[in-house]
Amino acid sequence: MSDIAVRTVGLGKMYRIGGEREAYGTLRDTLVRAAKRPLERLRHPGAATHISEDLWALRDIDLEVKQGEVLGIIGRNGSGKSTLLKVLSHITEPTEGRAEVRGRVASLLEVGTGFHNELTGRENIQLNGAILGMTRAEIRSKFDDIVEFSEIGRFLDTPVKRYSSGMYVRLAFAVAAHVDPDVMLIDEVLAVGDLEFRRKCMGKMRDVGSGGRSVVFVSHDMSHIRQLCHRVYLLDRGGVVAVGDPESICSMYESRAGSGGQMPNPSLRGLAFGQHDVGPRIDTVELRDLPDDALRSEYEFGESFDLVVKLSPETQPSRKEYSALWFLHDGLGRQLASGWSSPMDDVVFGEADTGMRCRVGPLSVPTGEYSFRLVLHVPHYENFDDWPEAVRFRVRRCDPFESGYDYPGLHSVAFFLPHKWGKTA
Amino acid sequence: MVSFDASGSHGAPLHGRIRKRVGAEGNTIRSTVTNNAATAIDSPIGDRFTVYERKRGWAALDLRELWAYRELLFFLTWRDILVRYKQAVLGVAWAILQPLLTMVVFTVVFNRVLGVQSPDAAIPYAVFSFAGLLPWQFFAGALARSGVSLVGNANLLTKVYFPRLVIPLSAVLAGLVDFGISFLVLLGLMAGYGIAPTWYIVFLPLFVLLALATALAVSLWLSALNVLYRDVQYVIPFLVQLWMFVSPVIYPIDQIPEGPLRVAFALNPMTGVIGGFRWALLGQTFPGGYYLWVSFAVVVVLLVSGLFYFKRMERVFADVV
Repeated sequence: MSDIAVRTVGLGKMYRIGGEREAYGTLRDTLVRAAKRPLERLRHPGAATHISEDLWALRDIDLEVKQGEVLGIIGRNGSGKSTLLKVLSHITEPTEGRAEVRGRVASLLEVGTGFHNELTGRENIQLNGAILGMTRAEIRSKFDDIVEFSEIGRFLDTPVKRYSSGMYVRLAFAVAAHVDPDVMLIDEVLAVGDLEFRRKCMGKMRDVGSGGRSVVFVSHDMSHIRQLCHRVYLLDRGGVVAVGDPESICSMYESRAGSGGQMPNPSLRGLAFGQHDVGPRIDTVELRDLPDDALRSEYEFGESFDLVVKLSPETQPSRKEYSALWFLHDGLGRQLASGWSSPMDDVVFGEADTGMRCRVGPLSVPTGEYSFRLVLHVPHYENFDDWPEAVRFRVRRCDPFESGYDYPGLHSVAFFLPHKWGKTA
Repeated sequence: MVSFDASGSHGAPLHGRIRKRVGAEGNTIRSTVTNNAATAIDSPIGDRFTVYERKRGWAALDLRELWAYRELLFFLTWRDILVRYKQAVLGVAWAILQPLLTMVVFTVVFNRVLGVQSPDAAIPYAVFSFAGLLPWQFFAGALARSGVSLVGNANLLTKVYFPRLVIPLSAVLAGLVDFGISFLVLLGLMAGYGIAPTWYIVFLPLFVLLALATALAVSLWLSALNVLYRDVQYVIPFLVQLWMFVSPVIYPIDQIPEGPLRVAFALNPMTGVIGGFRWALLGQTFPGGYYLWVSFAVVVVLLVSGLFYFKRMERVFADVV
């Protein structure tokens, strides 16, 4: 089809981990191994030669990106998203299959690739532009736009090593945003900068998509994916699990990742406080909705729900009374609110308790991703369990004034304060 | 209809800039283009797919692609030069001091203490050794920079595509500025001693090219090897040091005894380069067809093999660096 911008056919990429890279490194084979063999035998007599393990970072990927389409790619860490972008960027060669890309490609796998700390902002714009594939004439013609977009102003001739991290990132994104390719490959680069700048970047990204260019966009942030993408691929362990519209694929991913239910990896918790085997432990945390007590991970502004905590049977009871505590975090990790069972509610728990329930709501936060962190502790004395991101949920719609307008999350405010305006006499 | 695909892609210079020529290897492309030639005309983006797949065996040297990335080569070379002078307190003065001080030490140690003489009474040893140091320091600097260039630019290799040759090439070319400064110092030195360059100086650019080719040839091998075995970067300073002693930097080529030893010296391409510099600048013994042709042949072999080895290893750089 002529409107296809990127296509892969049976694409696979294998890495050999551990052992020797036999596939390549002929010189290594002939020289080093020859030299190493006898040593190896001396050290481990009778040991087998190196065992190498094949790891398929990608396997049998068939994918198509249409011209002008913004394609999202989501998946857990290690699912092959970044490898896919690297193959499409021509940075690494596929082991099998084929990738076909039409037109000029720009890959933004990180912000500020090739930036040099000793060079000034001006010099880095030129260097970075060239690295991203711009010609000198192009850089010259876009130079002023880049400077303006980056808001670095009078620091233009200062070495970037003296920049704040925010300035550095703004400059780097500004250059990248002005590359004008047919196909743009982007990896997580929006996850940088302050809120105001992020909003600007998102706007720029939308322009890229609407300008007839194709974008392949990898992100962990479902709200970005939902806002920008036309179509989404879900990857898992190097293969495509699902393809479809952003809403359904993102929801599928979130339900897999455990929103509204258990986190897939409970071993992650407890790192913050260093916990012990003594005392109560959280088994599961769920968000349930009242009428039928169903699991739900999506809510609207003004809705309420129950935070349901199940406890594991205590293997070594602490025989102490303890309280539970939650923190509400937004998608940026900011702590927005908290709720103590004691002293706020004057509810304490003990050895005999097997679960707890907390009514939360009505929600007064804007659209976006949120999570609860849960802590079981004896205040100022002992922490039994601490589970960051114990449960995640999303606020899908936020229209506190029932105006028909959906207030987008993250970019505006942390929460809504009920209020009423009037005129003085 | 097949001929159309070429004309179509030329119509869009912007998109043609980075696109690789792939027609010869992929019949998919040909079928894609011919089947959709009519619709492709209206397509605002190029009508040709670039195909990425695993290549086996020896990859062809894609000079056209390298040419397309000439501006990146320029910017990376410019960066190397800029950064070097910015980080050094002495800045550009360093490029003058380094060969000058080396020359002074050489003159004291080898000429005054050990009695090594310039072969021509009219040329003082100071000028003689400086004329040898000029190409030598270019060569040594190129090896030192390019050897670690791929590893030092690992973040680029793993994040952006461009022909990897650009990296060692820019590391070699960055030495040309130092070379130019040293050259001016030498001219000043000659003027100070009242020595006029001979008319052979018109041939100097040829020897500069030979020096460049030699430096690039060795750099290709070293930089690619260093990606796979980091030991290489520890070997380079040692290699450069030994190499200087077997090159006629300190002594004139006439002093190399006839016989098998002379054959061994001829195999070192820097022998021909340094001899050529002294001939072109100071009118000393022409390195002779013997030295020059052997040097030239060795450089060609090193350069071609280096290019092939580099191109073969290039595709795994991003994975192993």
